Amino acid sequence: MKGFANLLERLAFTPARNAKLQILRHYLDETPDPDRGYALAALTGDLKLRTVTPSLLRGLMAERVDDQLLALSYDFVGDLAETIALLWEAETDEDVPLRDAVALLSDTGKAGLPAAISAMLDRLGASERLAFLKLATGNMRVGLSARMARMALAQMGQPEVADIEEIWHGLRAPYQPLFDWIAGGERPEHAAKAPFRPVMLSTPVDLDQLQAFDPAEYMAEWKWDGIRVQAINDDGVRRLYSRTGEDISGSFPDVIEALNFEGAADGELLVRRDDEVAVFGDLQKRLNRKTISKTMLDSHPAGLRVYDLMIWQGQDLRELPFAERRAVLEGADFGSERIDVSPLLDFTTWDDLAALRADPPSTVIEGVMIKRRDSAYVGGRPRGPWFKWKRDPMVVDAVLLYAQRGHGKRSGFYSDFTFGLWDDKDLVPVGKAYFGFTDEELRELDRFVRNNTVDRFGPVRALKPSLVLEVAFEGLNESGRHKSGVAMRFPRISRIRWDKPAAEADHLATLKDMLP
Amino acid sequence: MRADQILHPTDAGLYCPPGDFFIDPVRPVERALITHAHGDHARSGHGSVMATRETLEIMAIRYGEDFTATRQVADGEITVGDTRVSFHPAGHILGSAQIAITPTAGPKIVVSGDYCRRANPVCAPYEPVPCDIFVTEATFGLPVFKHPDPASEMARLLKSMAEFPDRHHLIGAYALGKAQRLIMLAREAGIEGPIAIHGALQRLCDYHIEQGIDLGELIPATAKDVPAQLVIAPPSAFASAWVQRFRDPVIGFASGWMQVRARARQRGVELPLVVSDHVDWPQVTQTIRELAPSEVWITHGTEDGLMRWCELHQIPARPLRLVGYEDEPE
Repeated sequence: MKGFANLLERLAFTPARNAKLQILRHYLDETPDPDRGYALAALTGDLKLRTVTPSLLRGLMAERVDDQLLALSYDFVGDLAETIALLWEAETDEDVPLRDAVALLSDTGKAGLPAAISAMLDRLGASERLAFLKLATGNMRVGLSARMARMALAQMGQPEVADIEEIWHGLRAPYQPLFDWIAGGERPEHAAKAPFRPVMLSTPVDLDQLQAFDPAEYMAEWKWDGIRVQAINDDGVRRLYSRTGEDISGSFPDVIEALNFEGAADGELLVRRDDEVAVFGDLQKRLNRKTISKTMLDSHPAGLRVYDLMIWQGQDLRELPFAERRAVLEGADFGSERIDVSPLLDFTTWDDLAALRADPPSTVIEGVMIKRRDSAYVGGRPRGPWFKWKRDPMVVDAVLLYAQRGHGKRSGFYSDFTFGLWDDKDLVPVGKAYFGFTDEELRELDRFVRNNTVDRFGPVRALKPSLVLEVAFEGLNESGRHKSGVAMRFPRISRIRWDKPAAEADHLATLKDMLP
Repeated sequence: MRADQILHPTDAGLYCPPGDFFIDPVRPVERALITHAHGDHARSGHGSVMATRETLEIMAIRYGEDFTATRQVADGEITVGDTRVSFHPAGHILGSAQIAITPTAGPKIVVSGDYCRRANPVCAPYEPVPCDIFVTEATFGLPVFKHPDPASEMARLLKSMAEFPDRHHLIGAYALGKAQRLIMLAREAGIEGPIAIHGALQRLCDYHIEQGIDLGELIPATAKDVPAQLVIAPPSAFASAWVQRFRDPVIGFASGWMQVRARARQRGVELPLVVSDHVDWPQVTQTIRELAPSEVWITHGTEDGLMRWCELHQIPARPLRLVGYEDEPE
């Protein structure tokens, strides 16, 4: 438990992705089974334990601490589990194995839970108490995705991340066969049905680069602005995976119910009302929910637009050329109105395709996909067979308002920028950007920030609104959480407009007009 | 004489009418008694200053020799007006003291200043001084503050340095006291090579060395390449361009506040080290129990928690709500 507590703390405070991976890999290297497996499952959200409610924890505290002191402490700390971990007066400070904590939280009956939790807290030091309570409340919040956890595993041995993703959903904590495989043993058989299979990804391209290729060798289709998924029905076992192998079936019961076929399809998850594809923001509302209300299912119905077939009626099609898979796809019956096939685009020359791309029939299209007719379905991002030719980013000229210091390689540099647009005579913040500039430009921006600071709030500096940034972004959603009412997707600084006066920056209304 | 006739808060700080002096005044006064040399307690411009020899010397380093018209080293029991005062070690930083005030008639009052009861190699340990009224700080006056053994925090620093051997570890620490203590803790933890220090720490580290505190080999962290993995700097340095000479450093901060995650996150700290020069909750409550004063006065900090504890333990207590003292100054 000491190692696990230390791991959680380090991950929570380490912003850089590579450093997080390194910390996790070191932990997995030096921690024995089965504890490392349980830790891994806790981080990837695959550990199904009893959920301990805040009211149970408050009850435990009420017996031990004066209620005013508890209230003052909670106000100050701001997190119940952390407050309790700090307040608890333990009797000893043992290194309880993580497996014992996991066993306690999976095997204890409801009536015995409060006493069992107190007895465990009595044995632990402060950091371990916090780790245990985070485990018990199911709220890790260390900024590490399941995908990153699998990348750390891949760094430990021979198997590639795609190999691990492929068998992941057939494995259960504490993952002994997985660790044995990574250490050089046998690859675990995936017993589970409907496994995830590595997704084929594309590389970006533009019109100049396309000139080197013969359009006759390629097919093209729209790139829909939803979520790329893998939908599977394997002998009655239905699953919906994101392209990184997260099982998102739970959030999309309507789609799961519609998978009335036998096979594995690659497609785009979209919210669709009749024939109209809804904007990405509508789909986003369906994500990361434990339960979906009936109202939400009715107002935001999800469906699938299929690009490709990996497995169909027992046959693995991945080795076949794309054109042959496409022929099977066009003849396929998915058994539901929620599922349809992504249409092909009719073009002879790249200029034809450019014209189509310039004027798509829906705002929920973010460009075109170009696929070689003879391409096999290969997991990963092979260079060449598939291209994405995204629509040009949208741009606005915004005014730099706030800057915050960066981490790691950008320590000491103001590298996180908040920018705003005019709304009448005020500047309203509309987004934040962390990249898009060169190292030289970063130094210039840093100098600008230091010379134009008008106020400071901790690590943030408020700036004299005088520098215009051209901000490029991929899309725009309505957002109730932002003061401006809109949220940009992938904003970055595409140009620093040293030449442009702040008064000539764009207005919020201009941005809102770009909403799909 | 009633207690509040002997000592009471004013806008300038705690004032003692029978002795006609202020303790740690926040604005210039005729006569000041100063507990320790941290900037918010020890200011320049007073008519006369009485403090420990170390506190006076540190004030002279920081403000120049003319920081006050006259100075007097506090040594033994000294008569000031109609009171006798004495200074006793507080265990906070080098030269830090508690001030005991004994009036000709009335209760004996001890003003603790900032104090700490954990062993600190850079200063004399806190000495309990029996009194009727104990005036305490409450910087960490909530039961969540139980500061761990600094050795375990150093073990975390060492682990991170081993985990990321190619990254400088930049640890923020207040220039007076915390920085030198951190260096000593690092030495005790087994860091033998050079430790780099920011320029702002140089004179104060030199002074500690002159006082016989062996900080080991210190090198300036001013060159383009700093050949030491551990670098100590004052918190303000992290906002300056000075940091830019380090490529991908691990940023840490040594403070009692680091025990609360939200505080550590606010600062953007990657390696929070819980090292404090103040009493934590068990220490402050233990001290009050031990001294068993008839009344407790609380100068500054999170006094609501300590007030409540005194109420639960039926110890008369009152908050002085002194302003001008930072919870852990920068």
